[in-house]
Amino acid sequence: MNELTPPSFNPPSGAQVRAVHDAFHGDLLEVSMGPHHPSTHGVFRMMVTLDGETIVKLKPVFGYLHRNHEKLGENTTYLSSMPYTDRLDYLNSMTNNWAYALAVEKLAGQSVPERAEYLRVILAELTRLLNHTCLAGFLLQDCGASGTPLMYAFREREKILDLFEALSGSRMMCNYQRFGGCRVDPSPEWLTAAQSLTDGYGRFLDEYESLITQNEILMARTQGVGVLSPALAVSAGVTGPMLRATGVNYDLRKVDAYGFYPRFPFRVPLGDHGDTYDRYMIRILEMRESITILQQAFRTLPSGPIIDPKAKLRGFRPKPGEAYGRIEGPKGEIGFYLISDGSPNPYRYRVRPPSLVNLTILEDLCLGQTLADAVIILGSIDIVLGEVDR
Amino acid sequence: METLEHLRNRLAIAFPRSEVVIVNNPSPSAQHSLLISADHARVIARHLRDEADLQLDYCSNVTGIDWPEKEIIETIKPAQTDPAGGAALGTEQKIKRLQPGYLEVVYHLYSMALGHGPVILRLRTINRADRVELPSLTPVWRSCEFQEREIFDLFGVVFADHPDLRRILMWDEFKDHPMRKDYVEPDDYEWEPTPHGPVLAKAKVHYAALTPVAAAAPGTAPASGSAPAPMSAPGPIASPAGGPAIALPLAVETPPITKAPATAQSPTLNPAAPSAAPRP
Repeated sequence: MNELTPPSFNPPSGAQVRAVHDAFHGDLLEVSMGPHHPSTHGVFRMMVTLDGETIVKLKPVFGYLHRNHEKLGENTTYLSSMPYTDRLDYLNSMTNNWAYALAVEKLAGQSVPERAEYLRVILAELTRLLNHTCLAGFLLQDCGASGTPLMYAFREREKILDLFEALSGSRMMCNYQRFGGCRVDPSPEWLTAAQSLTDGYGRFLDEYESLITQNEILMARTQGVGVLSPALAVSAGVTGPMLRATGVNYDLRKVDAYGFYPRFPFRVPLGDHGDTYDRYMIRILEMRESITILQQAFRTLPSGPIIDPKAKLRGFRPKPGEAYGRIEGPKGEIGFYLISDGSPNPYRYRVRPPSLVNLTILEDLCLGQTLADAVIILGSIDIVLGEVDR
Repeated sequence: METLEHLRNRLAIAFPRSEVVIVNNPSPSAQHSLLISADHARVIARHLRDEADLQLDYCSNVTGIDWPEKEIIETIKPAQTDPAGGAALGTEQKIKRLQPGYLEVVYHLYSMALGHGPVILRLRTINRADRVELPSLTPVWRSCEFQEREIFDLFGVVFADHPDLRRILMWDEFKDHPMRKDYVEPDDYEWEPTPHGPVLAKAKVHYAALTPVAAAAPGTAPASGSAPAPMSAPGPIASPAGGPAIALPLAVETPPITKAPATAQSPTLNPAAPSAAPRP
């Protein structure tokens, strides 16, 4: 395998790098996109150097939402970090909770009852539906389809958020998982509602796809734009749908077989080109697989306790040691690395943020593309700034 | 995949001059790690990535850890025995030892090609103050690029040969490393020097010289020549006929009032008033 050095040190050859100050071309133009720019999905900034309309250099600037989440985690107990994890990737609080709970359970050797594992799978897959639906809406918005696709997506998202609110009391900051199980048991009515939402979700996807997937403008804007090679994706630690769009078969639900995912047969969709269109398509296909998983889980959901009776939440002091727990979040691998020194607070609390690591290749994808394409490429990477900056 | 002991032995054979130590993890997760010396880190990393049966092509997570120096109390039993054949001489001794502090960087490696992992690498700096340099592993795994920048920013580990080692989350002018255990928050994050710093310093000296006079007689012209005169006339003066008070225009000269009553509130701009003093 050859070295994959950052582009600034290994300037790409070809059309996008050419002499400046010559008779035909003017100066390079440096544009600061963001931090208050609607297409950056939050307070994110790109320092873009343009040759005409073509990007010759792009440096992301972070930190506008930095609140030193990891230091907060070191200064609070294990349990009181759980609501903080909601604020990382605030679209996907359920999966953040699960990743953190999983890391703590590994650290303390805590087991989880069967019903709780089922509920975790159900809520994680609902979160995946929610996240990918939002992404499909945002991506179309970034392409310039003002409003309508986003409103269709948000209509469905609200239904899932209503379910989350009915279950946990909060739409987005759910704070639902606990070490050794879950916080509240869903009522039979909730399960019926969630099941009917799942059964109807395929129809929404059909409707959305019939409007969008074959749309000529979308295809023209996204096909061949921001192509990511599998070798670079692996080296840069890109995970989640972005990685699988390049054709690399790496899904932690299959690889790590955490939770009860081995009990539910599902397929892992893979892309061929690694371009923006593939990244969009992978998410649609993943939603179809999530529906399959959800339907199986609702059919076979066992009864029983939702939290291990031996689980200790307050006064929780794991023995000294360390653990790294990771799950397949909707955006990629979200992991928590915890070091315990035997005290009620973790000695070190580290979040492995998929959004930040996936941004490593932003410059590589954008070089040689136009500025308008950079907006779409960033949209297809699917970042949430609460997680990038922490 | 083979066990960690096998991997350690393999690395010891492949790199005989390097030092590879297994760091035990007593928690139920049993994720033990390999402590490798900094000078061989990059060749070992490349070896782990390129070997056909390892193929650790994916560096998932890079973590910085701060281990400040700490006092350890060791109990030592004297080794020599009683020459007369009795029990061991002397009592147990407690020795205080200062364990030097260091910064540690942990890499979690997985293989996407073969689906195994994690292999955990640890690198340690020599101390926490001036010898904090470690080799960057960004040339081996691109995913380290931002994560190492973050460790440089928040912990102060300097990664040699990192392509773009700048602060990432804190602003460029920030001096300290907030994730260190001995970090103390400043009183005011927003404070920053301005070009008007010298002016403000001068004003402070000026007010300090002014304070006693102004406190003795508010509203009067201070005796010292450098202080500014009051910018407006004293308050309204009651007319001798008992009619309505007449406010005197600024140009009219008024007899100087030497002792104003303490309750008299004049509209004079009083620079010594505490509310008008700038924040240092």
